[in-house]
Amino acid sequence: MANMDGSTKPLIIWLGTNTCAGDMLSFLNAKDPGYEELISSIAELRFDYLLSASEGSDAINVLDDLQKNHKAAYILVVEGSIPTRSNGLYSVIGYRNGKAWTALQAVRELGAAARYVVAAGTCAAFGGIYAAAPNPSECVSLQAVLDRKVINVPGCPINPEWMMGTLNHLIQYGEPALDDDNRPKLFYGETIHNLCQRRDYFDNSIFAAKPGEPWCMYKIGCKGPVTYADCPVRQWNGEHLSWPVKANTPCIGCASPEFSDGSVPFFEHLPDVKLPGIKVTANRVGQLTGVVTALGIGAHLIGSILTGRFAETLKKDLPRGSKLKLRQRLKKIH
Amino acid sequence: MKKIVIGPLTRANNSCAVEVTVEDKKVVDARCSGIFFRGFELILQGKDPRDAAYLTERICGICSSLHGAAASYALEDAAGIRPPRNANILRNLIIGADILQNHIRHQYLFSLVDYLTLPERAPFVPGYTKDKRLEKKKNDAMVQNMYLALEISRLAHEMVTLLGGKAPFPHGILAGGATVVPSADVVMNFRSKLQKINRFIRNQMVPDVYILEDAYSDYYELGQRAQNMLEYGLFPRTEQDRERYFPSGAVLNGQIQKVDLSLIKEHTARSWYAAESGPRNPSGGRTVPEREKEDAYSWIKAPRYSGMPLEGGPLARLWIKGDYRKGISTMDRVIARALETEKVGTLMESWLDELEPEGCIFSPFEVPKNAEGIGLTGAMRGPLGHWLRIENGRIAQYQIITPSAWNFSPRDDQNCKGPVEEALIGISIADEKQPIEIGRVIRAFDICSSCSTHLITTGKPVGELMI
Repeated sequence: MANMDGSTKPLIIWLGTNTCAGDMLSFLNAKDPGYEELISSIAELRFDYLLSASEGSDAINVLDDLQKNHKAAYILVVEGSIPTRSNGLYSVIGYRNGKAWTALQAVRELGAAARYVVAAGTCAAFGGIYAAAPNPSECVSLQAVLDRKVINVPGCPINPEWMMGTLNHLIQYGEPALDDDNRPKLFYGETIHNLCQRRDYFDNSIFAAKPGEPWCMYKIGCKGPVTYADCPVRQWNGEHLSWPVKANTPCIGCASPEFSDGSVPFFEHLPDVKLPGIKVTANRVGQLTGVVTALGIGAHLIGSILTGRFAETLKKDLPRGSKLKLRQRLKKIH
Repeated sequence: MKKIVIGPLTRANNSCAVEVTVEDKKVVDARCSGIFFRGFELILQGKDPRDAAYLTERICGICSSLHGAAASYALEDAAGIRPPRNANILRNLIIGADILQNHIRHQYLFSLVDYLTLPERAPFVPGYTKDKRLEKKKNDAMVQNMYLALEISRLAHEMVTLLGGKAPFPHGILAGGATVVPSADVVMNFRSKLQKINRFIRNQMVPDVYILEDAYSDYYELGQRAQNMLEYGLFPRTEQDRERYFPSGAVLNGQIQKVDLSLIKEHTARSWYAAESGPRNPSGGRTVPEREKEDAYSWIKAPRYSGMPLEGGPLARLWIKGDYRKGISTMDRVIARALETEKVGTLMESWLDELEPEGCIFSPFEVPKNAEGIGLTGAMRGPLGHWLRIENGRIAQYQIITPSAWNFSPRDDQNCKGPVEEALIGISIADEKQPIEIGRVIRAFDICSSCSTHLITTGKPVGELMI
């Protein structure tokens, strides 16, 4: 189907807000298809905050044109969290009609007219590291400032295939199946723990004591049991060569809604959970320890969590991905 | 007088803005702005010092391994430990691979876009069309090399992944050492990729900048400034870190001196920070944002050395090393970056031969209760420093001065311009509707606003901005 200007390929905007550009840099590592194939035969990347040839007003005009003349025709990809402090002036996209155009305004305007909205990376999906306490720029996730559905593709950074795969799914088959956090199940359907090549070491209690050792990383902080992503089987980057545990380091849970406040200290392990028949219940253990970690609850509470009642209460009370509410809850508990 | 505002300045790592004042077709004033703030120094307070390497990597997606290195050096300094010999080599290899990745991506995807006639498709259109001087055959060959550069820079990141688990934000650089044992299969894969990349650097990347130089030799005149530069040194030669392959030095009016860190102060008169944030040495630095501050125009502080604005980057490193001392201009910066890429790639081949396949890679250590440490390195764009203070085993104070804070800083407390602002003064703008010269001068610094900026061309015809 042709676009209003006669072009025929799907249109993409890739906007950067409060980010480090790590997601775009990671996306450039995509292979089969790679960036060149994306822009030459799959889609039209009309705006890319990092790589567009146009700058200044020419670049802003491209965005204005898409918003006005291609309603419901483009995919908006946002990389970065959205600061709300000082009416959004902690992140400015550029200058429009001589005035600062904040990220907050830009994502709302461009988001309203998009066909799909995709959050690229943990910052856009859940707030990420810049929303960590004390959250100096009062950053929130993309979903928190939009009234419409955001498809979350978290990761710090995104694996190139999570993003390329999501875009191609949208283009070829429409919206992918999503989990409760609006993440494509295709990439985030299982915990790292359940997919891990070192799972056998965990089950047999063979643990690394320091980074650089070839055993299970659980005791030195691995957040694999509570992190939903397919890193162990997909691996990084375009060539699928390695991933943090293969590099003898703990998973730091960078794709989790709780990252980074809920993942630090990176080298301290999750509360010990000893259950009979751990193999069959590891997934459940993962969910429970996730709640524990996110709240920073001391080990003395684990017993009551594992009885089930407290955990069910917690889960009911906690809106997914809402760090602010997690923190408020934490304050109440203490 | 006319004002040209360019914002966003694309092809800089993240958004930044620049406002220049033009009189008789010449730039007479310039203001460089970083237009976003995240507040890492505040977020790090209270954290486990071991987390700083992975957390600070998230300052920048294109130079993450260098933040990991600076944070690791700082904690090792505070803890009084050294990494194993093998680990120093492994970390140098990760850093080296990341530098290759950055320089190749910068040259082809960020910088050359200003000089080439590119394919008629997004995101290469719209773009400026004037002053594209290369004859068609050379132009088209360079465009093909740009596509090749996409593959080659990906390979460089794959090398980071081999030794660091992923890229960006590799896990393989941390206080105490490295994490991937350099077994034969890993070294073989790394070496094979490195050789492919080095062939590209020698056969395409370096020749391409000389083709560019030939057509744009007047860019030796654009973007000039005094010989004022700074580098902290890059790649420790041994784990004891008494000497580096690219040595440290402060160049003041052409004279090379030993770096004295006590002479560094960060000014904030024209930055969106409260008065208490500056001027201070980073060891006692403060970061108190105040967006409403009058007369300020940037989120970047203005670091000064002995009161002077110093630039860093490949040109400064080669100058201090004595390998390149032709001049201080836009074309010198472009050429120095390509030459540095070649040097780093060659050094990395020799480091691979020094690895011990079964050698030790990590030194366990206790995080000190109370201590201070400084981590210094060269990064892609210049000198990078992390200043750490630990109290009760937690981070009590963390200050970071990034390369782009040096290069892209705004005016300081004495109203002296930052290095890029200085470099913009005096350049000619042939066509104010397509002020392509501005971006060329700025991008030669490889500006990064994650690490610090934006250029603003307003949508309106420039004439409407007359003042």
